[in-house]
Amino acid sequence: MNTDTVISARNLSLSFQTNDGPVHALKDVTLEVCKGDFVSFIGPSGCGKTTFLRCMADLEHPTGGTITVNGMSAEAARKSRAYGYVFQAAGLYPWRTIAGNIRLPLEIMGYPRADQDTRIKRVVDLVDLTGFENRFPWQLSGGMQQRASIARALAFDADILLMDEPFGALDEIVRDHLNEQLLDLWRRTDKTICFVTHSIPEAVYLSTRIVVMSPRPGRITDVIDSPLPRERPLDIRETSAFLKIAHRVREGLRAGHGDDL
Amino acid sequence: MRNLLPILTIVAAILVMWYVAATALNAPWARDQAARAGVTLSVREVIADTWAQDKPRLPAPHQVAAEIWNTTGAMVLDGRGFSKRSLFYHSWITFSATALGFVLGTALGIALAIGIVYNRTMDMSVMPWVIASQTIPILAIAPMIIVVLNAVGISGLLPKAIISMYLSFFPVVVGMVKGLRSPGVMQLDQMRTWHASGRQTFWHLRLPSSLPYLFTSLKVAMAASLVGAIVGELPTGAVAGLGARLLAGSYYGQTIQIWSALIMAATLAALLVGLIGLLQRITLKRMGMA
Repeated sequence: MNTDTVISARNLSLSFQTNDGPVHALKDVTLEVCKGDFVSFIGPSGCGKTTFLRCMADLEHPTGGTITVNGMSAEAARKSRAYGYVFQAAGLYPWRTIAGNIRLPLEIMGYPRADQDTRIKRVVDLVDLTGFENRFPWQLSGGMQQRASIARALAFDADILLMDEPFGALDEIVRDHLNEQLLDLWRRTDKTICFVTHSIPEAVYLSTRIVVMSPRPGRITDVIDSPLPRERPLDIRETSAFLKIAHRVREGLRAGHGDDL
Repeated sequence: MRNLLPILTIVAAILVMWYVAATALNAPWARDQAARAGVTLSVREVIADTWAQDKPRLPAPHQVAAEIWNTTGAMVLDGRGFSKRSLFYHSWITFSATALGFVLGTALGIALAIGIVYNRTMDMSVMPWVIASQTIPILAIAPMIIVVLNAVGISGLLPKAIISMYLSFFPVVVGMVKGLRSPGVMQLDQMRTWHASGRQTFWHLRLPSSLPYLFTSLKVAMAASLVGAIVGELPTGAVAGLGARLLAGSYYGQTIQIWSALIMAATLAALLVGLIGLLQRITLKRMGMA
């Protein structure tokens, strides 16, 4: 484990009992995520990618192995507010304005009022929602709502951003745009991002590392370090380097699936 | 205004049915009286009589309307709008018990719901008792509440309010338990990721999420409170209140008085439930939930 390791999982397993016997959501997962990494987790449903992310967030409790976040247990990391978590749905409160929604975690964490205001201003600007602070969520499009939820996760200065298919419910055009913005945001803030997706182009376009997972039992089948530069215009997706990585991801997904298909 | 025509049509249909029923129910008395007096009545005379009897089985609408006017508007014009014979006075008595019972019932209902949602023991044990409490006929338990409270020196408004509370806390408990449990897994997980305390989760998430459920429950609770207050007035010796008017009316066969009290109670209920509905619309609209 080197010094800038942010998340470290060793032989992580999680199984739960069902009527059809035990289900291994995760089995012997070992991975290190370094500071400033953008790591994507990709795989078919049931491969444990979301479960793995939830283990990092201490929303799920592993039944075997260890996981540390910022050098402490996942629970201690959660309690020290080490990460911001973005869910698949924006989950904004309809009775709060955009600024009010972003203020919510800050209120909960007890930031002083003046500090809350400067932070809100900063993250609203970061996700390009300036001018919409006093709108209510229903007055915004789905993409803007998801941006607001990212701003909310960024507001309290956690170094780690955990994102669970945040753009899964959005259409392709909006998704492209948000991917571009997310990359820009990542470069400017130097956050460590773990990003769950099941879109191959999304994973390849965004990530410095791509973790390919497969189901039954949920495990890691391939970890790909992307040779793409940190600066990525959208049309990098037409280059041969990009297509080569995408091909390798696809191969990994196919191999992991075995003869299930 | 577009709604006016259908409403007026229904009201007209009800009035027609009411007049027909009044004729049918009161005709035997009219014929009986005529037979005793040795006269025969034409159909027109029978109908006229059935709509104008002193103690009809079913008073005609205009008789009830006249009685209501005589005990409300006419008394106001006389400057005696709040005398003990005025329906306003009796409505006020019933309303004060209803309002107090409603407030107590809402508070009790919310408190029990919070207990049920947050405490596993209460979750397992309280709900069956809450349901059992509502299977006991209120008419059976109301006199006992009055008598017991009177024995410890509590009389007047509070015993009636407690009977109101007894009926009105139930819908609030049921609605609030559902409302407080309405936030999804994701919203609760989100609170966990912020390491929010139970108290913060309650104030910021569970309570606001429960408001649509609460308002629906409050409408039912308000109507139940009014029923409770009226029932509570029956065993107190019929001193004052709409329930007292109903009881006095039935002692003396004053059907017109009974019906006017009934209509007044229905109007009061409609006003109160309408008021809650208005509060609901304003609140939920401001919260972006309507």
